[in-house]
Amino acid sequence: MSDLLPSALNLARFQFAFTVVWHFLFPAFTIGLASYLAVLEGLWLWTGRGAYLDTYRYWLKIFAVAFAMGVVSGLVMSYQFGTNWSVFADKTSPVLGPLLGYEVLTAFFLEAGFLGVMLFGLGRVGPRLHFVATCFVAGGTLLSAFWILAANSWMQTPVGHATSPDGQFIPDSWLAIIFNPSFPYRFAHTVTAAYLTTAMIVGAVGAWHLLRDRMNERARIMFSMAMWMAAIVAPLQLLIGDLHGVNSYHHQPTKVAAMEGHFETERRAPSILFGMPDADAGVTRGQIAIPAFASLYLTHSLDGEVKGLKAFPKDTWPTNIPLVFWAFRIMVGLGVLMIVLGMASLWLRRRNRLYDAPWLHRFAVAMGPSGLIAVTAGWTVTEAGRQPFTVYGLLRTADSISPIAAPAVAASLAAFVVVYFVVFGAGIAYLFHLFRQTPEAGEHGPPQGQPVRTAGITPAPALIDLAPETHRAEPRQAGIRP
Amino acid sequence: MSIDLTLIWALLIATAVLLYVLMDGFDLGVGILFPAEAARADRDVMVNSVAPVWDGNETWLVLGGGGLFAVFPLAYATIFPALYMPLILMLLALVFRGVAFEMRFRARTSAGELWWDRAFSWGSFAAAFLQGVCLGAIVQGIRVEGRAYAGGWWDWLTPFSVLTGVALVVGYGLLGACWLIWKTDGALQARCRSYARVLGFATLGFIALISVMMVIQSPPFRARWLTLPNMLYAAPVPVLLALLAWRFHRALGKGEDGVPFLCALGFFVLSYIGLGISMWPMIVPPSITIWQAATHPSSQLFLLVGAAVLVPVILVYTSYVYWIFRGKVRHGEGYH
Repeated sequence: MSDLLPSALNLARFQFAFTVVWHFLFPAFTIGLASYLAVLEGLWLWTGRGAYLDTYRYWLKIFAVAFAMGVVSGLVMSYQFGTNWSVFADKTSPVLGPLLGYEVLTAFFLEAGFLGVMLFGLGRVGPRLHFVATCFVAGGTLLSAFWILAANSWMQTPVGHATSPDGQFIPDSWLAIIFNPSFPYRFAHTVTAAYLTTAMIVGAVGAWHLLRDRMNERARIMFSMAMWMAAIVAPLQLLIGDLHGVNSYHHQPTKVAAMEGHFETERRAPSILFGMPDADAGVTRGQIAIPAFASLYLTHSLDGEVKGLKAFPKDTWPTNIPLVFWAFRIMVGLGVLMIVLGMASLWLRRRNRLYDAPWLHRFAVAMGPSGLIAVTAGWTVTEAGRQPFTVYGLLRTADSISPIAAPAVAASLAAFVVVYFVVFGAGIAYLFHLFRQTPEAGEHGPPQGQPVRTAGITPAPALIDLAPETHRAEPRQAGIRP
Repeated sequence: MSIDLTLIWALLIATAVLLYVLMDGFDLGVGILFPAEAARADRDVMVNSVAPVWDGNETWLVLGGGGLFAVFPLAYATIFPALYMPLILMLLALVFRGVAFEMRFRARTSAGELWWDRAFSWGSFAAAFLQGVCLGAIVQGIRVEGRAYAGGWWDWLTPFSVLTGVALVVGYGLLGACWLIWKTDGALQARCRSYARVLGFATLGFIALISVMMVIQSPPFRARWLTLPNMLYAAPVPVLLALLAWRFHRALGKGEDGVPFLCALGFFVLSYIGLGISMWPMIVPPSITIWQAATHPSSQLFLLVGAAVLVPVILVYTSYVYWIFRGKVRHGEGYH
């Protein structure tokens, strides 16, 4: 029976990949959305314009659902190190443990604590303190990204530690560990990616509603803000991504060689646009390439030498080179489309036709999931490119796994697949239902539209006092029957 | 002189786990009481009473797991593979329940609503039961060779661990009922008083039964509880528990609102202290002590510096959030 199963190692790897990809879809969206909500609420307080509050509430309902799914799928991650990767956990704990500990202490409690206030507390604490709560949640998501990316980056570019006789990594310099060589680049690249992911979703929802009613003020706010983000941040991301790539080239040359499909070391190395890397034969077949271009962006000289995979022992090559190669192309291709979208929006904005160009709106709708796909592809490059190591060059994935039997991993993997598709599938279907709702004037967030979520004080009157010109007296029941 | 960092950390993580049990205990308990409360309006009140705080409550579980990884890696790397199935099922139960929290208010059909309610309730039951199973399995001991778990993947399932699982469901149900006595009024509150009476005495019965079984099963526990002078140090725990049981009984009789909840919390705190007395200084019974399981001193110190500042801050703002949402949750409020 167990002969028919893949090895426990491959099952555990697949389980980790499955759960982490599902998990990161939510933070990739909510990191950006939390900041966006803070900006919207700040604009509302600053300008007093009710449409900002309406837009805030529209996205707050979405944030609540996406955040809950991020929390519960993240809880699974923090236990999976122990259940499936206990040897890894034991060896890396002195270095990684405190980083994750700081993530819990500085970020998770802050987010979870103030999320309740953000969702249900506007009427109880007043708008200014509520804005502070929103900022705490947004700050919490960024702190969380800081610590988890410090931990991930250390696994990619481990420094600042010694090794104990029983194989544990012992911290030597915490500053060196946290600010390891790839961390600044990975942090900038990931947070920017999260902002773009949110911008693509917000832009798509705004555009979808503009296609129905181009005068909808809330949809205009969403679309305009998202397009500013695309126009400014998408090109910036290309630059950050390039710097990150050069950094990876210096510290993880096998990863970059797999991304580029380079097997041979050469000067004037071509940039391979498309092709099919064949690890067994050691060639990339059917290349369409730009001569010398890879030398230019990796060494900043047309004549620079670029190392190929064959310069390294074969047992240190990434285990799935075509995956790394193609995931990289998907990420870059979508990034380029985001830049095109941003530039198109700038051009139309200059001509005062931003809200008046259905083709742009359709383009933006189509680009809605592009951030999520690009982020997933990017992390596939990073993580599959780190193989066959969990701690690059130092600890092999095969030496990291728990002493567990394949049937146990197979059973839990099956359970994860079923539960995630059912639960998160329903959650995502509901998110689409929310996206379809027209953002109305007098929009009500989760606290106001629902029965008994707050007691004692009904928030609506307080808000009507604050923004009298924009709110109807009767709250709209957001999808809730009495 | 040197400060025993490991001891401080053991107390800190034990406290985090206790806070988790107390806080998520009552919100899981609310889900456990769902089958008894079928009316939609009552269920809404029940969920609303915990909606603003459940997320923060569950974060203590992340701190418990994360703290174990950070400070006691050997415990993390042996307990987690040993409890592979119950832990993963528990996490899946929490996934169901966490999403159901957000979704049950938003269901668009009554069938959808029913299924989210079921997900919430069954998820709460399963999470509570499996946490109790994990506790029972740890108390019974985990087989370790070298630095790795050496048992099979069904070792955790024993009559004793099933008993502790059932006991925790009952105990969390009690916390949930007492929380609702505090946070609600009217007919729902009156019904919760009668649940609390039944669940309270069932909880005390389970505490007694499990205590006796532990002492019978395990010579080290017996030595700790039944020989002098240890017996004198340990004696206040059962004595206080008896006093608290009497106070609990009186509070329900007099119709007090907050006292039953405090008494129920007290049952848990005292049982937890009793468990601590039994297990000390083992973190993975029967073989690994907290000092053997502890990570490198510099890692302990680095995280402790942050924890010393951040844990008090967290406690302050968590209390503040509870304060913001103080008071009774009532039927019908917020509809218009």
